[in-house]
Amino acid sequence: MLGVMARRLAAALPTLAGVVVVTFLLTRALPGDPAAYFAGPAATREAVEQVRARLGLDRSLPEQFLSYLGDLSRGDLGVSITTGQPVLSDILARLPASAELTLLGLLMAACLGITLGVLAALKPNGWLDNLCRVVATLGVCLPAFFTGLLLIYVFYYLLGWAPPPLGRLDAFSAPPPFVTGFFLIDSLIAGDLETFGSAAAQIALPAITLGTFAVAPIARITRGSMLAVMAGDFIRAARAHGLSWPRIVIVYALRNALLPVVTTLGMVFSFLLGANVLVEKVFAWPGIGSYAVEALITSDYAPVQGFVMAMGLLYVLLNLAIDLLYQVIDPRMEVTA
Amino acid sequence: MTITRRSVLRGTAATAGLAAPGIRPAAAQGRRETLLMISENPPNSTDIHGVGANRPAYEASWNLYDRLMTFGVKKDANGNDHYDYEKLEPELAESWEVGPMSATFKLRRNARFHDGTPVTAQDVKWSFDRAVTVGGFPTFQMAAGSLEKPEQFVVVDDHTFRVDFLRRDKLTMPDMAVPVPAIYNSGLARRNATERDPWAMDWLRANPAGSGAFRMERWVPGQEMVFIRNDNWTQGPRPQLARVIWRIVPQAGNRRALLERGDADISFDLPPKDFQELQASRRLKIISTPVENAMNYIGMNTQRGPFADVRVRMAVALATPYQRIMEQAMFGQGIALFGGPAAPPDASWPQPAPYATDLERARALMIEAGHANGFDTVLSFDLGGATVNEPAALAIAENLARIGIRASINKVPGANWRNEMLKKEMPIFLNGFGGWLNYPDYFFFWAYHGQNAVFNTMAYQNPAMDALIEQSRFATDPAAYDAAVKGFISMAWADAPRIPLFQPYLNVAMQNSIAGYRYWFHRQLDYRSLSKTA
Repeated sequence: MLGVMARRLAAALPTLAGVVVVTFLLTRALPGDPAAYFAGPAATREAVEQVRARLGLDRSLPEQFLSYLGDLSRGDLGVSITTGQPVLSDILARLPASAELTLLGLLMAACLGITLGVLAALKPNGWLDNLCRVVATLGVCLPAFFTGLLLIYVFYYLLGWAPPPLGRLDAFSAPPPFVTGFFLIDSLIAGDLETFGSAAAQIALPAITLGTFAVAPIARITRGSMLAVMAGDFIRAARAHGLSWPRIVIVYALRNALLPVVTTLGMVFSFLLGANVLVEKVFAWPGIGSYAVEALITSDYAPVQGFVMAMGLLYVLLNLAIDLLYQVIDPRMEVTA
Repeated sequence: MTITRRSVLRGTAATAGLAAPGIRPAAAQGRRETLLMISENPPNSTDIHGVGANRPAYEASWNLYDRLMTFGVKKDANGNDHYDYEKLEPELAESWEVGPMSATFKLRRNARFHDGTPVTAQDVKWSFDRAVTVGGFPTFQMAAGSLEKPEQFVVVDDHTFRVDFLRRDKLTMPDMAVPVPAIYNSGLARRNATERDPWAMDWLRANPAGSGAFRMERWVPGQEMVFIRNDNWTQGPRPQLARVIWRIVPQAGNRRALLERGDADISFDLPPKDFQELQASRRLKIISTPVENAMNYIGMNTQRGPFADVRVRMAVALATPYQRIMEQAMFGQGIALFGGPAAPPDASWPQPAPYATDLERARALMIEAGHANGFDTVLSFDLGGATVNEPAALAIAENLARIGIRASINKVPGANWRNEMLKKEMPIFLNGFGGWLNYPDYFFFWAYHGQNAVFNTMAYQNPAMDALIEQSRFATDPAAYDAAVKGFISMAWADAPRIPLFQPYLNVAMQNSIAGYRYWFHRQLDYRSLSKTA
């Protein structure tokens, strides 16, 4: 398995090299002029040229690319002009926020989606199946930011149950000591239940918002896959042998139906990580998506490049993880480079 | 103070150790002395001289650093506190004497930087040298007050500092009280400078080295900045607030919800419509102050295309639906700058232009200019201000169509807008401009003068007007000054390169328990004067 991993990672190198080149060129092709933007409100042409020279943007493209590669090889992703911080530390600080939110949302969606899907498949066209269909349709057709705003309006503004949408912690809490970057886990490690409570309360609404969005594809795929498996001969054989119903459904049917579900989960995860920009904006969540969008708006090259690099790397690892998971679920699967 | 993760942790651990078990330090300090401020955009620096330091960064700098002088305070027409640009008051300098060609400042002997080092004239010189040397915004702002060369700044002794004037310029003294000439702890900054970076630009971005009334306790870029009171501050009355938490909330609706629910204390960043509704509901205190020396306007390219003809520009001035823009785009949150008298009655600025909507006369002018069949053009605006610009642009385009000008609308993303302004190729566009220093000649110098600064977005050239602007900048006789100002305003009305629409308000919404809000020309919040009663 280690060999497989090594080969897969080696095969990913050309992809990453491509990502580097393409993001470099794409950011340069953006219409905005960072020098004009950052020269400030009272800038003259002269001031803009001074800033351009300071940012190194007056040099030729190949020159800029070479110095970019040089920095990259030293692990230096540059400095974001919007936040004033090194891009690497920005991304390291923000990735856990996005990952924590996305994973929790996905976990909720997976629990609900798989349960609904299985139940719906057991009685096709029964009331549960119809409920599943309604939930799935609603989840997909309500845009995530709308669900988010609606939840805030009802649970924060009207009812006052949810805490103010102020990001990962309420205004008076300090972040727990850094271990994993996941506040829910770090606060427990530190034994700080108060911070855990604050973090859990803050993450609830955004995670539900994301989860609502992700529940639909998971439920639909589980239902379809379960229907196909339940019609299989081995299920009939198992029933004929008098195995208990829960055992048939969970151990035999579900395990066999899980393969496409895992593929979908992987896709949904990568999709959510990129697509939760709007949810991050609505909940003031300091994630990586809103970071990249703000950088794009100000034509701030370094964070955009860093973001695409990080996402590229993440997808490579994610795909590898899913392939390895296939093998665990279905030993007949062969994972090759 | 560096804000690496480690130092934050150390700080947190230390304060946690001091507080009683189970009570978090912030909560223990009391909500009454803590202000929670929310805004749309985060500061990107604490150093106002830094490349690309944004407007929120000016606020951080203003509260963390001191200047030599500051402006006094007066009451505005509504009885709210308003800085007084006619009155300079001591900050780090306890007194000063202005001679014909120099000003000598006596520094406070007990003033100290946050790390305890005394503030000396060497620090002042280093800071002024830095502002005029590093280029970009700080250097240009200093030059606006004829502060241009390090040789102008002289250390007389440890507590005496002299500025030699290059020329007699009435803006020199007030320009030393704007946010740019902040005084830095030069010893600390030098220790963190490198050969490549002699002015410690990199280090000072995240490590304030000031003597201001507040110190920075924590900064999580893009999320929050936390300030605590500097109890050793002697440059003014002790601030009431012990702590200010500045949180970034990108979504406008949420900012309003947080204010209405009483979870946040104060915010500037709400759309005009929200301010109008909140004003009516009276649940929050809303203070609206006209932004001094500022206007939003329609600009037209005076050098090329159909708008080079003054008759076409005048036709646009007569076709603009002023009232509708005030109602549907601004929701009444501004002062009308139209329908004024034909000639300027005084030398105040901004004042209403003599234009009013009159489609009949506009059509007649179009025919006179040889555009009986009209023409096609593109009306541009900055997407960054779309909440106001978009409805205004739609209303204008609709009326322009009635006089034959078929304008398609071009929304320019924020990052691109300044670039478009610099190119000066947009035929017709919506824009806004405001000057920090409250003088009509300062406004015209940037916005109408033939030096063609970026804010002369119309590329307007008029040597007669340039002469009047220069005359007024250095005029000493009030009557001559007034005559020159009225002269260039009349020319601006007659030539119509830009059509004033309204003077915007700076609106701020706060809980009824907040007192002491003061309007500043830089339009950022000064924490020093604020207090909280409940």
